[in-house]
Amino acid sequence: MGLNLLSICRRGLHTSPARLQVIQGVAPTKRICIVGAGPAGFYAAQLLLKQLSDCVVDVVEKLPVPFGLVRFGVAPDHPEVKNVINTFTKTAEHPRLRYFGNVSLGTDVSLKELRERYHAVLLTYGADQDRELELENEQQGNVISARKFVAWYNGLPGAENLNPDLNGRDVTIVGQGNVAVDVARMLLSPLDALRVTDTTEYALEALSRSQVERVHLVGRRGPLQAAFTIKELREMLKLPNVDTRWRTDDFSGVDSLVEKLQRPRKRLTELMLKSLKEQGRASGAAGSKQFLPIFLRAPKAINLGEMEFSVTKLQEDYAVATDNTERLPSDLILRSIGYKSSCVDSDINFDTRRGRVHNTEGRVLKDTEKIDPGLYVAGWLGTGPTGVILTTMSGAFAVAKSICDDIAANVLDTSCAKPGYDAADKRVVTWDGWKRIDQFESEAGKAKGKPREKIVSIQEMLKVAGV
Amino acid sequence: MICLLLRRSGVRNSCKLISKQIAKPALNTPAINAHLLHTSIPRRHGEYEWQDPKSPEEIVNITYVDKDGKRTKVQGKVGDNVLYLAHRHGIEMEGACEASLACTTCHVYVHHDFLEKLNEAEEKEDDLLDMAPFLRENSRLGCQILLDKSMEGMELELPKATRNFYVDGHKPKPH
Repeated sequence: MGLNLLSICRRGLHTSPARLQVIQGVAPTKRICIVGAGPAGFYAAQLLLKQLSDCVVDVVEKLPVPFGLVRFGVAPDHPEVKNVINTFTKTAEHPRLRYFGNVSLGTDVSLKELRERYHAVLLTYGADQDRELELENEQQGNVISARKFVAWYNGLPGAENLNPDLNGRDVTIVGQGNVAVDVARMLLSPLDALRVTDTTEYALEALSRSQVERVHLVGRRGPLQAAFTIKELREMLKLPNVDTRWRTDDFSGVDSLVEKLQRPRKRLTELMLKSLKEQGRASGAAGSKQFLPIFLRAPKAINLGEMEFSVTKLQEDYAVATDNTERLPSDLILRSIGYKSSCVDSDINFDTRRGRVHNTEGRVLKDTEKIDPGLYVAGWLGTGPTGVILTTMSGAFAVAKSICDDIAANVLDTSCAKPGYDAADKRVVTWDGWKRIDQFESEAGKAKGKPREKIVSIQEMLKVAGV
Repeated sequence: MICLLLRRSGVRNSCKLISKQIAKPALNTPAINAHLLHTSIPRRHGEYEWQDPKSPEEIVNITYVDKDGKRTKVQGKVGDNVLYLAHRHGIEMEGACEASLACTTCHVYVHHDFLEKLNEAEEKEDDLLDMAPFLRENSRLGCQILLDKSMEGMELELPKATRNFYVDGHKPKPH
């Protein structure tokens, strides 16, 4: 038995301490692989390292650079949100964590291989696709997803050639979530406010030539169902040289309902009503830009230079299209109606309809009910793309806790040592490599008064990282 | 434990960032100035909380109740930020944005009558609390609470984590 175990376990062992452990009969190091170095991945790693003193956590990331949506999603004019990078960095520099950047699940390594090399695999690769309107002409050049637009100004490799056409006066954003508001703010902000952020240089250059004067923010439902939150709305209302105009009709009857609302909804609605009441009073200086939230309109058709909407009516919180329509001038259309995840490896039990991995409380399901032991999911890939960073953090902690529980309860067999990812002969960016990129970007930014100038090309990232 | 480690490095880099953030609105919105003045919070980053009280008059005893109901009594002092005080004592209060009012990861419930003894929440704090899961009447952000003598005996409870969020097909109820 002992010999047998040895011969099985020895295969692929790299570290002599691990081999020693096997020989001495000590429980081997528990190896856990996290796929995706965004907030969910780092928070899960943080808890695992804290709870399991004998584990090694490897974080595998598709891009050379870490932090996922904190780097590529958070708006550049919200640098304080990115402070969380300090926490993630501390986690990454933990002696029992290894970072492997530039390793893509499904192409560089298969899920099958990872599961053979680790006791547990946690998928946290997020949501990199977007939901579509499913309208004719949606693939036209003047219709782009807000996700791609965000990726463009934030320097996600591959998004640099988006070339959004900002030569027209009217932009229509379909959807009213905080991503939609972020995009509206980027389009309407004074350029000087953005120059001191880490907005990519090519985006600043394009925005400096922008002719956009009006941004329509269109939602299917009413003000009481608006998806943006109060912090984001308040920022819009405070933007210099931007006039927010509401439609009085959208708010009919809303006044009388305010008192009954729950606090967050109530405060948001009160702010909208206050802004509505005050509108027009401020001296609308000529040439000022406009932010135009429009409710109760469902996308119907995309035509040249305009977008057609059905006027909707609310029936028990659902928007139902009426026969009436409205056309909005739309030189550029930005679709912002939600993200979804993609299935990057055929071994993942993926829910194509919902765009996420089948799971129960972060334990991935084999079929409809049975849990697939040793495979987990956290973050948007498991929950769908909702919630603030606290939601992702709590969720990731809960799933990491489940991994610890499953190890303690022997649901996961950790009696046999596992080798971990074999990075030999591969162009892998280690944490030191990222630090070189980080330093390079910070220095490049300093010259321009920016916190960093992001490298956008993967080849250049690899070069700077020294791989 | 990790929180403890996190505190020291990292925060320093963000000092500049945060102070830049603060300086900006101050220029054109005098109304917030009062808030900025009392928000010595971001400038400190927890070093202060690691100093022991210099005299008995400074001591403020408070209790943290974690999400499993475990109570930890802590001796703080006047001026301590309860987020960083929690870090010093290994209490799991996250503080992702490092007290820059950009997240809700230090959400706490303030027990009993102590809510009235705190400075009223700024608009920005209230705006963020609106995004916090499990918001209650007595919700506050820990990073905005600085101890004073009137808070002797205060209890701060950490909210439950978001359970059930991951069940397939489960629709979280609006809070």
